[in-house]
Amino acid sequence: MSGAKGVSLRNAIALIVGLILVWQLLFWFAGDIAMRSPWDTVRYARRMMGTDSFWIHFWESVRAFATALAIAVSVGLFVGIWLGFHRLSGRVMEPMLVAIYSIPKITLYPIVLLAFGIGMSAKIAFGAIHGVIPIALFTINAVRNVRIVLIKTGRVHKLTMTEMARWVLFPAAMPEIFTGFRVGFSLTLIGTLLGEMFAAQRGLGYLLMTAIGLHNVDVIMAVTFLLVLCAASVSTALLAIDHRLHRRV
Amino acid sequence: MSRVTIYRILVIAAAIGILELLCLIGTIDRITMQAPHLIARDLAAILVAGKLNGAIAKTLTNASVAFVLALTVGIATAVAIHGYRALRETLDPLFATYYAIPVFGFYPLLIILLGLGDAPQIMIAFMLGVVAVIVNTLNGLDRVPNVLKKTARIHGMGRLDLAFTVTLPYAAPHVLTGVKLAVAYSLIGIVGAEFIMSRGGMGYEISFAFTNFDNATMYPLIVLILLVSITANTLLSLWEKMLLTRRGYS
Repeated sequence: MSGAKGVSLRNAIALIVGLILVWQLLFWFAGDIAMRSPWDTVRYARRMMGTDSFWIHFWESVRAFATALAIAVSVGLFVGIWLGFHRLSGRVMEPMLVAIYSIPKITLYPIVLLAFGIGMSAKIAFGAIHGVIPIALFTINAVRNVRIVLIKTGRVHKLTMTEMARWVLFPAAMPEIFTGFRVGFSLTLIGTLLGEMFAAQRGLGYLLMTAIGLHNVDVIMAVTFLLVLCAASVSTALLAIDHRLHRRV
Repeated sequence: MSRVTIYRILVIAAAIGILELLCLIGTIDRITMQAPHLIARDLAAILVAGKLNGAIAKTLTNASVAFVLALTVGIATAVAIHGYRALRETLDPLFATYYAIPVFGFYPLLIILLGLGDAPQIMIAFMLGVVAVIVNTLNGLDRVPNVLKKTARIHGMGRLDLAFTVTLPYAAPHVLTGVKLAVAYSLIGIVGAEFIMSRGGMGYEISFAFTNFDNATMYPLIVLILLVSITANTLLSLWEKMLLTRRGYS
């Protein structure tokens, strides 16, 4: 076990060093007008994190993202368990969900904006739209693959639909559902940020968008860096949990 | 027609019907959305008049270029790195977290590097799509049975021959999953970039129409993009199904 851990640690370090190297090389190639060096970006990011206004944007984004994720997870789980359990509905609806999953949802932003107005609700809606479908799709497949003997045992015990979902389907399908959650997490984050870029007056996406408008390279680099850092560390943690859940079954 | 297909058509018809009704009785007001039949009429009018053909052609051409680039570079990269275990293990966390990275954040950087033409948009779309192709191709290549590779070795095939005649055809269904994602991502990349900053294209026209409350242009264009991506996706799914059926899965 410790050998495997050593290898993955070595790989992680190699990856990070490699990325920083590519970044630095790109900086030498592109120059000061286009980007900042890794060192300057970290320094500016630290300075930015010392200001109050950054944290206002940050918490605004976190609030929007958390709400969007909660909506995406609850709707996705509900739809997924229903369509996975009820075969006919599943067969009717699944191809449509796949089709919706494949559409470039970014084109829907004007509609979301018209329906919700600029502000919190629009970015929450945008985030939730991005995250809900993958969670539903993964849950459908997970529930479908639950061993039939478990479901039959549940029926013998005369479980109601809610009890069946809570005590049989959900625990049995947990590892796959978690994979869906992991994918949904990333997409909800992207969705919320995109929503903020186009339809908000606060939040990190808005900060990025105004910086793009003003060509403020320091802010662009620092915000992108912090976003990537947050996203990468959370999704690495989720990936580790995902692997552990899959190994246990 | 099977029962499932009939239900499917009924669900779609009901959804459009409800939307139509809500628009007609005014629950959804005209500034928010036009009734579906009006969108269809406007779309036909736009296509016939051809005043937006330039924008449509620009977006679809750029998306195709990005798609082809993502496909070739993605498959080539996957074939190249497939054999190197240490390299793959190092890159795996990057692939797994890649889609949590807001790629659009790099758009201004690309504009400065590549100029305010089509290149930065194509680059964004390419960056979005390429990793999906790599990941799915690797996934497919991992499943090639050893016996096929051994047979190829007996025939003295080189690496390229092996890839083109044995492993890639075997991995085709998985590669197709990546291809489907690449279609979606190339459209997302191009249209998104056009929203943020550009001088033309469907994304630009949509956001221009949006700021001018020109729903008669905005909705048809949105529907057109959705139609293009759904059609491409459906065709690829049919192809995928055909491949799988031929191999005895169903």
